[in-house]
Amino acid sequence: MSRDHANLAGALGLVAAAAVLGLLTSPYIVYLLSLWAVYTVAATGLNLTLGYAGQISLAQASFVGVGAYTTAILLPHGWPFGATLALGALLCFALGVLLGFPALRVQGHYLAFVTLALATIAFLVFRNEAWITGGIYGIDHIRRPAGFTSGRGYLFLCLIVLALVSFGAWWLLRSPWGRAFIALRENPVRAASLGVVVRDYTLLAFAIGAALGGVAGALFAPLVQYIEPTPFALTLSFSLLLMVVVGGSGSFLGPYLGALVAVLLPEWLRFLKDYYLVTYGTAVILLLIFFPDGLVGLAERVLARGRTVK
Amino acid sequence: MVGLLAQVLVSGLAIGAIYALIATGFSLLWQGSQTVNFAQGDFVVVPAFVMLGVRGLGLPLWVGVLAALVVSALVLGLLFKRVLVDPMLKHGSLQLAIATMALSIVIQNGLLDVAGGEAFPFPGINGGIDWGQIFLDWQSLIVLAVAVAAVTALNLFLGRTRTGRAIQASAQNPQVAVLLGIDVARMILITFLINAALVTLAALLISPIYLVKFNNGIGIGLSAFSAAIVGGFNQVRGAVVGGLVLGVTETFAATFGPDQWRDAVPMLLLILFVLFRPEGILGRREERRV
Repeated sequence: MSRDHANLAGALGLVAAAAVLGLLTSPYIVYLLSLWAVYTVAATGLNLTLGYAGQISLAQASFVGVGAYTTAILLPHGWPFGATLALGALLCFALGVLLGFPALRVQGHYLAFVTLALATIAFLVFRNEAWITGGIYGIDHIRRPAGFTSGRGYLFLCLIVLALVSFGAWWLLRSPWGRAFIALRENPVRAASLGVVVRDYTLLAFAIGAALGGVAGALFAPLVQYIEPTPFALTLSFSLLLMVVVGGSGSFLGPYLGALVAVLLPEWLRFLKDYYLVTYGTAVILLLIFFPDGLVGLAERVLARGRTVK
Repeated sequence: MVGLLAQVLVSGLAIGAIYALIATGFSLLWQGSQTVNFAQGDFVVVPAFVMLGVRGLGLPLWVGVLAALVVSALVLGLLFKRVLVDPMLKHGSLQLAIATMALSIVIQNGLLDVAGGEAFPFPGINGGIDWGQIFLDWQSLIVLAVAVAAVTALNLFLGRTRTGRAIQASAQNPQVAVLLGIDVARMILITFLINAALVTLAALLISPIYLVKFNNGIGIGLSAFSAAIVGGFNQVRGAVVGGLVLGVTETFAATFGPDQWRDAVPMLLLILFVLFRPEGILGRREERRV
């Protein structure tokens, strides 16, 4: 089995494991598993931007917000969930192109700053434009699509979407486009000399990443059934970035593991109470220093060592 | 009306001068060692808490300032460079930038755990000059004078002294600097120490205005990043101009515009500049390396 296929098998294996766990466990675990699926979709999008195109985006939380509000606002008007999800993703893709195009003209960390600015402004729009977003009171009673209304049912919907996203991302990275992304990451000068237009591919990676943020948001709103601006603040962008690097930036399975850590760690570190975030931040810094390739890189190192010993 | 305009202008320039200090440090680190420090705003809050802590022991303010300077130099200068920047830079400046985001989370939550979530008052200067229609407060005037003096001194140091020029050479072309016999590693360390001094001074000047709160660094950081970009990333003078422009715009918007949108002003300026003038007001265009 080639490495590509192993990646897809790994991702779908995790999704299947989550489904089995969801059948056996308590409603709280079912909720955590659904949250894992949502985070994984958003982080997979960010991984395209950061891991493959090498650009920091701090607006992923805003794209999740756009997806969530699109779904929450349109569902009561009788739109089917599939349509609100698609529209949210499309809106985010368009926003990504609109913002990424100028920001990617210049080299360096400019996309980081433009997206930082966007994230701040998007938060203010969510908070201040109460006529459409409900302002600080938010939108409640967001209904789940028919057939998926129970906690367990909705988990399966999240997992179905995650499976589709996994397959889509896998296909994309194997396509000529995706190979160009990887060529860019490995050797931008050589990629450019082979005719890869660096800026176009970076923009495409950013916009697709944004669209996946929108998909995650569309899943998030009916999961929690009540949204307000706070979850879509800059903090979520930071957390999503950390999920990508903790899992392993630029590796296909990285976001799956990073999101798992982000969902499970607060549960395991409950005993630390208030000191949880300080501990988490410090752990991430140490991980970044000693294992820059994240958990996936760490696992690969351990496996490689096992092989050489044999 | 004239009185109000003058007052808004002066307090805008004062806050802008403080942004200039923070943005200057930010640009210096960026130029000197490819360090895009997303925790720069939080770096201002740390010495402010040290000053408050020492004051809480009943000691005079200047002891607190001195203590804050020492803590900043050791923790935000030396330790930050040795423990976080040096090992992370080997993995690339992108990874380093993300590590500073994690650092920002650590600093903010650490301060929250230790000091709590309230906004602490900080001693300032009362009174002002009263010219009938025009009233200018001493606080703003002194802040402006001190900040301008500090930036001027820094510019003279960088431009006129041997060490200052060595720092610039190390930032612009490390390979050639080494050939010229410059101790590049030492120059980079000095850059980190200058940044530590700048954030400490900024903490002393900004705390009477914004009070001291664990998460003040978010807003301060956003304004400082915008100042650096608006002024021009690759120039120290740019950060000064950017800071002043930003401070004045922000203060005018806050006085005459809707309060709930005030945080959007520095962000809109930032986006407009990246769209239409990415090299900033004073900056040079960066050449693409391909």
